[in-house]
Amino acid sequence: MSEVKFSKEHEWVTIKDDVATIGITKHATELLGDIVFAELPEKGTSVTKDGTAGVVESTKAASDVYTPISGEVVDTNQSIVDDPSKINNDPEGDAWFFKLKVKDLNEINSLMSREEYEKFAKESTN
Amino acid sequence: MNKTALYNLHKKFNAKFVSFAGYEMPIQYKDGIIAEHNLTREKSGIFDVSHMGQLFIVGDDKLTDKLQDIFPTDLKNLSVNQSRYSFLMNENAGIYDDLIITKISNGYMIILNAACKEKDFEIIKSKLGEDFKISLSKDLSLVAVQGPDSKNLIEKIIPGVNKLKFMFGGDFKFNSNKIYVTRSGYTGEDGFEISINNNDVVEFVETLISLGSNLIGLGARDTLRLEAGLCLYGNDIDENTSPLEANLKWAISKNRINSNFPGAKQIQRQINEGVTKLRVGIKPEGKIIARQSTKIFDENNNQIGKITSGSFGPSVKSPIAMGYVNNTYTKENTKIFLEIRGKKVSASVCKLPFYKKNYHKGDVNVGS
Repeated sequence: MSEVKFSKEHEWVTIKDDVATIGITKHATELLGDIVFAELPEKGTSVTKDGTAGVVESTKAASDVYTPISGEVVDTNQSIVDDPSKINNDPEGDAWFFKLKVKDLNEINSLMSREEYEKFAKESTN
Repeated sequence: MNKTALYNLHKKFNAKFVSFAGYEMPIQYKDGIIAEHNLTREKSGIFDVSHMGQLFIVGDDKLTDKLQDIFPTDLKNLSVNQSRYSFLMNENAGIYDDLIITKISNGYMIILNAACKEKDFEIIKSKLGEDFKISLSKDLSLVAVQGPDSKNLIEKIIPGVNKLKFMFGGDFKFNSNKIYVTRSGYTGEDGFEISINNNDVVEFVETLISLGSNLIGLGARDTLRLEAGLCLYGNDIDENTSPLEANLKWAISKNRINSNFPGAKQIQRQINEGVTKLRVGIKPEGKIIARQSTKIFDENNNQIGKITSGSFGPSVKSPIAMGYVNNTYTKENTKIFLEIRGKKVSASVCKLPFYKKNYHKGDVNVGS
């Protein structure tokens, strides 16, 4: 498993072989508040880096979920659709959103390390 | 940006702030909207609603006559310390504001929405003329304490409040200073609203917290009032909706319908001829949430209305919404479609409220 990487849209991604697992960060869930709805991309669809690939809604508002990396959706996490509060409880673990067959592994190079993301998240909150 | 006297206390309790009607108000504290919602339904919640207007008008029977020319409410049959929900309307029966009028010993107290209070003040002042002293308080805070445990908590610091019935109030004391308490609120729970001097409000709220109540933000206030089927001014009612269209006919006193308040002619017409659109409850199928401005369609893809409020109802544990639909689609269980992110989602018209109220003794059955 690769080191976890982060996007400016507050998604995380890990890569094992050529399959990426993607979710939203703990920081994102803290900004959103209680998540009450999640919509995921359909299996078999192709998504493009920085394009929309789902929706989450909190009690307050709806937010798009973007994919930090391009590829074909090979799996989605139905358990967060059934119980969206799981996203608040374990955003960077069990509550992953979808898995992609990665199109171009080089795309991951433009993403941030945890340290860089934490700095980015702190600055963008202030 | 305006701040209420409780601003620093909100900050101390890790509030997230939003700008609302020119005020920096707490939308939630650290546990979040759903936890705060549930605390209010199950225990007790404290809401800072000091941004709302507290209007005082001094006068006797002549004032009552004059106010009856402004509001569609029977004020002559109101006893001292009794409150009624009412409207300030334009000539077309469009709602300038929804408000609570309370008869007090030397006149009337009217609680106004924050975004409307300055305009309301000017309208009411110009209609009253020069004969009555009218003032929009700057020295008073307003705190709502809501939920089943509230009566016992608040009785400990303000003995006697528990005797108040729903939509009645009275003079009480906190720290030997005068306060005014009504048994009312906007959450669907039993509760109180306390009008208290800015200098005393922090200690008052801190005392309630120490007794076990909890600060609740505007986010939970919104989900609570939506579950209770109550309108948010600016979303669900405004200058383009009448009380009849908003399904609030109950708030227009029967013996006042044929009198001369602004909008009376339109109200009479709508009673006789019916309304073309009506506010209804809406339940989307599944978990999807329909927000304000979501378009509503019939099965033939004709637009028949619009959502005015929508969120997730933490107590009913499903998405809920309110909106206006054409008058032929108002029956319970009517199937409708909501356009959300380009897709049509099934929904059905349902009865309001979504959540059954627990008002004290149910003397006045508001909203049903």
